[in-house]
Amino acid sequence: MDQVTESKVIGVATPRIDGPLKVSGSAMYASDHHFPGLLYAWPVCATISNGTIAHLDTAGAEKMPGVVAVYHRENIGKLYRVPPSTGFTLILDEKRPPLEDDTIRYYGQYVAVAVAQTVEQARAAAESVKVTYNKEKPDTGEKLLGTPLTTDKPDEKSKRGDTAAALQAAKVKVDAVYRIPVETHNPIELHASVAVFDGKKYTLYETSQAVVNHRDVMAQMLGVPTEQVQVITRFLGSGFGGKLWPWPHGLLAAACARNLGRPVKLVVSRQMMFESVGHRPAIDQRIQLAADADGKLTAVQQDYVNHTSMLDDYNEGCGEITPFLYSTPNLLVTGGLVRRNVGNPTAMRGPGAVPGLFALESAMDELAIALKMDPVQLRLKNEPALDESLNIPFSSRHMKECLTVGSEKFGWAKRTPEIGSMKRDGLTLGWGMAACSWLAARIETEATVELLQDGSARVACGTQDIGGGTYTVMAQVVSHETGIPVNRVDVVLGDSSLPPGPISGGSWVTASMTPAVLAASQNAGKALVLAAIKSDGSPFKGKKPEDLELVDGTVRLKGQQQGAVPMAEILRIAKVNSVSGTGKSDSTFGAAKPKVSFHSYGAQFAEVTWQPEIARLRVSRVVTVIDAGRILNPRPARNQIEGAVVMGVGMALFEETMYDPRSGAPINNNLADYVVAVNADTPEIDVTFLDYPDYQLNALGARGVGEIGLAGIASAITNAVYHATGVRVRDLPVRIEDLLVPANRTTHLA
Amino acid sequence: MELFELVTAQTIPEAVKAQAKSSTAQNGAEVRFIAGGTNLIDYMKLNVERPNRLVDINGLPLDQIEKTADGGLKIGALARNADVAQDATVKEQYAVLSQALLAGASPQLRNMATTGGNLLQKTRCVYYRDTATGCNKREPGSGCSAIGGYNRMLAILGTSEHCIATNPSDQNVALMALDAVVHIEGVKGQRAVPVAEFYVVPGATPQRETVLEPGDLVTHITLPKMPAGAKSVYLKLRDRASYEFALASAAIVIKQDASGKIEFIRVAMGGVGTKPWRSLEAEKALLGRAASSATFRTAAEAALHGAKPQSQNGFKVELAKRCLTHAMGQASQSA
Repeated sequence: MDQVTESKVIGVATPRIDGPLKVSGSAMYASDHHFPGLLYAWPVCATISNGTIAHLDTAGAEKMPGVVAVYHRENIGKLYRVPPSTGFTLILDEKRPPLEDDTIRYYGQYVAVAVAQTVEQARAAAESVKVTYNKEKPDTGEKLLGTPLTTDKPDEKSKRGDTAAALQAAKVKVDAVYRIPVETHNPIELHASVAVFDGKKYTLYETSQAVVNHRDVMAQMLGVPTEQVQVITRFLGSGFGGKLWPWPHGLLAAACARNLGRPVKLVVSRQMMFESVGHRPAIDQRIQLAADADGKLTAVQQDYVNHTSMLDDYNEGCGEITPFLYSTPNLLVTGGLVRRNVGNPTAMRGPGAVPGLFALESAMDELAIALKMDPVQLRLKNEPALDESLNIPFSSRHMKECLTVGSEKFGWAKRTPEIGSMKRDGLTLGWGMAACSWLAARIETEATVELLQDGSARVACGTQDIGGGTYTVMAQVVSHETGIPVNRVDVVLGDSSLPPGPISGGSWVTASMTPAVLAASQNAGKALVLAAIKSDGSPFKGKKPEDLELVDGTVRLKGQQQGAVPMAEILRIAKVNSVSGTGKSDSTFGAAKPKVSFHSYGAQFAEVTWQPEIARLRVSRVVTVIDAGRILNPRPARNQIEGAVVMGVGMALFEETMYDPRSGAPINNNLADYVVAVNADTPEIDVTFLDYPDYQLNALGARGVGEIGLAGIASAITNAVYHATGVRVRDLPVRIEDLLVPANRTTHLA
Repeated sequence: MELFELVTAQTIPEAVKAQAKSSTAQNGAEVRFIAGGTNLIDYMKLNVERPNRLVDINGLPLDQIEKTADGGLKIGALARNADVAQDATVKEQYAVLSQALLAGASPQLRNMATTGGNLLQKTRCVYYRDTATGCNKREPGSGCSAIGGYNRMLAILGTSEHCIATNPSDQNVALMALDAVVHIEGVKGQRAVPVAEFYVVPGATPQRETVLEPGDLVTHITLPKMPAGAKSVYLKLRDRASYEFALASAAIVIKQDASGKIEFIRVAMGGVGTKPWRSLEAEKALLGRAASSATFRTAAEAALHGAKPQSQNGFKVELAKRCLTHAMGQASQSA
């Protein structure tokens, strides 16, 4: 593959091109869209989590001021399911269309929807719909391991050697269960859908991390051809995975618009965000590690179980990283699902890897303690030479350097291993660390690049910017290839009618769009060269394409600076407004027999302060070193990692969705009672990118960042908590009560 | 939210008269005064509060903070939390109040929230907020869902089998330690109620939280002159570093003589009681004794003597003790 080693724009810290729009409030988010005659929809949410609807009375609600309609199972009209698919298409987590039957399987399931002239009227009407239920006892039980699975036995996810025998024979062993509670995505932008139906075509303004998939799913569920659906997501107030796939509210909005022939806006409330748009599932993981006396791993076993909903199978994939992170001759990863009366879980930042690494890296810390070995040394000792799960080489792996650079930046050499032995300013310090990894991949992407007579360029791709900086990085790639300055590149994203682009997930947008945008830029350049050699009045008329080159936004004879003509001038001479090119990227994701193992790596170091006299624990400092290929734009990249670290503080210390076992309601369903990290909880964060290009993934060597920053953080923190307090918390989040009266923990409800 | 009528009161008697039409001044009131709106509007959106009339009192002349003739301080009911927290006299002589206010909410909320509104702040019990669940405070007779439910944040002192909801205010804990007096104008004229007598424990009527009757308008509070040389501290413990209600908090006012003997003491707690909780037991254990960490711990034990933990909040007993002990130590050592 080509290798771009030098560039004037790639790797240069570049401010977000969409920044001014955002800070001035002129960036149009989904719920900002407004149309003449727009109506508002408000769903009626079930107040039980298991049972059936006995009676639904809409008569009172229908007569309320401003109410246009109240829809329920009998009058919503036809909605379809998507057909089963084997490829990476037609994806949604909750496959049952809303209002399909009268069975309630989770709290907050939509049972009706009120439509009115104002949002207040719609909400009042929805609250006035009288629903009675045949209520059955719900199951939101938090204990997962050891409860009945959806399958006869757990799935074997990865296997090598004889793990059982190696565990049996081990000199040193760790065997522990780690738990992660339900965590709820809380992007500040609520899920929203504004549906416009013109009698034939649907235009859907959505909060979507995947506009093309969203269009395909909606077309199937509405029963119309894909060309009759257009999905638009110009900007996202983040999503953290919660907005990857369509959720029932979007279909409700579209069905209401269809039925009424008027635009309909539906904004999901914060409370509903805890019920019907996904969450990271509760997960139990048993980890068994065995090592010889020198700390060389002899066996690794991970058995995880995550909860899923009553109808759909969501697998968290906690074993994704385990098979290749360390060298071990014997390894077994199994996974299973249990059904609970909860809304469907979905991907949350770093799905699988983040919870998996919390367990694995906690266990590695426990193993280091059992071995009386430094935890960094333990990891260095078990560094693999190749991906042992597939027996293929790593594309580019610098884990050892992440660990050594992180150690140095953090000052790890000064760590004394005894519990509570380190002090500063009257505070007890805890120092902990963890290794981390996240997949790297390309998925199929198309892009078009246009070069215009006014000297600007336009790049279009049916992906979207979740807030991570895609607009800017795409402009940089075009600028790099064409020489047109970043601020003259118009980036058009977030529209399903554009050439299909990647979902904003997997941290793979950068890696996927890079080859497509480079190729599209090159092809646009070829079209320009054609104009230069064919057009009357062009100084290059009659030359052969191979005689010319494009350098710094000009066309010139190869190697000759003199006589260079700006590209825009060529277009003026040719009397052409623009030339364009398209480019494609192929997919590495899910390849049957990959030749190399593509992943990003990192090391997380955390310092906590502990004041036992008032049971106060704070995270004071985090050093994170990331090996994620070449960083195309250090500013948003750093922002991604810093944000992930803050999210990791929340995951480690605060976040937990509590279900009331009697009703099955996620009871702390607001931003006061579901505690996330605030500014005052943000530690000092030191981010280092190693910046080794991964040229096997694309010509720029970019892998992308986002999810990797959250991987490992929670375990680095709980390992630090152990170092400070002597309390090993295996059940997130770390609560004051765990440290105050460890034997007495009682926060779990069921 | 239900439809309501908004009226503006031009005078205090007009406000009193308007609210007096309500059958109660407690939970379920048909007429409500509205000032900062930071609490009431939330609950109206959730259909927990369903007044049919709001009386806007923001135009009444009740936002002054002024010294009283006897050396105390008068704080108008409409004085904003941010203004009170930054008032020079409050910071200098009633530091515990300034600290408590600044430990609560966010700057934006403190800019709107008023002294009188904070005095009447509603509980954050999740079941009180959720009309799909039973709650005796919101709907008498519907049962207490918090008992046996999610009660980690809830009270361990002053509870009953009908309600274990915590009073969430920080301000009110400080007012308890400062012997504040609540001044009320009602249909029968003006009266003054010591803050310690202003709140009632839930008992069998958790819908009733204060001594307020229909028509009663809190016009101001007064703080008595502090004993010369007294020091005060507010300490708040919670999961995250900011913007969260207390798991346990302590307001301490202390004065020691030259030998270190405690000659004046007030101890109040937040986050653990169904009302802002003053501990006479702790004060008794401290008064006349030499300040020491052992004495403080003994007093803290006394303060939590009658604590009744629920299924999830047993840790609050020890947390509150540490909070009190540490706050007493801080107060006794503060300059």
